[in-house]
Amino acid sequence: MASARLKVPKKAKKGDIITVKSLIKHKMETGQRKGKDGKPIPRMIIKNVTATYNGAEVFSADWAPAVSANPFLSFKVRATESGTIELKWTDDNGKVVSQSAKITVQ
Amino acid sequence: MKEESTTGLSRRGFFRAAGAGAVAAAGVSLVPVTASADAAKTMAAIDKLTGGAATMSGRINMKTPIIAENGAVVPIIISVDSPMTDSDHVKSLSVFVQNNPSPEVATFNFTPACGAAEVKVNCRMAKTSAIVAVAMMSDGSVYKAEKTVKVTIGGCGG
Repeated sequence: MASARLKVPKKAKKGDIITVKSLIKHKMETGQRKGKDGKPIPRMIIKNVTATYNGAEVFSADWAPAVSANPFLSFKVRATESGTIELKWTDDNGKVVSQSAKITVQ
Repeated sequence: MKEESTTGLSRRGFFRAAGAGAVAAAGVSLVPVTASADAAKTMAAIDKLTGGAATMSGRINMKTPIIAENGAVVPIIISVDSPMTDSDHVKSLSVFVQNNPSPEVATFNFTPACGAAEVKVNCRMAKTSAIVAVAMMSDGSVYKAEKTVKVTIGGCGG
């Protein structure tokens, strides 16, 4: 997992419903494929994504191998106060990658 | 899809793609026997999720391509009509692709802070299949919707 991108609007009015978009580089190995030696390539996917807004969990997703490689995810959040939206991706090895973005609520 | 047009398919590439489409269409008549087994598998997965609760139709809007040229990346947008208040909101939304080796794709957990229950995600599809969405509400009701997507080239490897 190398680069993770997170996009939220810089500014929003209080009460607006904003779209949070994210993209992370990950091969999302399904465990179904076979390598050149004929052995199955072990499963290696991002199994959980959790979004927090100023520390409070607002959204999460549990993924199966059927999510595409380099997974894109977008969802909605109601803008309530200025602060930080953070996403955390956890993969099968327990490795966690996080990315955050700031939002100003007027 | 947009990506397809920008790649600028050559004439040869076009016929190759069209040929693959014809093969996929010819294969359709063979599908039903296995499709029913896959449908049973999906139903079992849904029952496990909902605890066997009765499902209702409606409230779920699914935006999916009619034909996916590439099964490795099938964009789906699913939204659920809900006021998203503390007393009445969507708790979770699960997505299944019926004819995949394992039907589960993802489960999205919402909170009232989301404001709207809408997600966009790319999923893999092994072959032409129904995509099933199951939404669980805070009051315990369960809604289900499904839509069929035709797949030209499967995307599960193997």
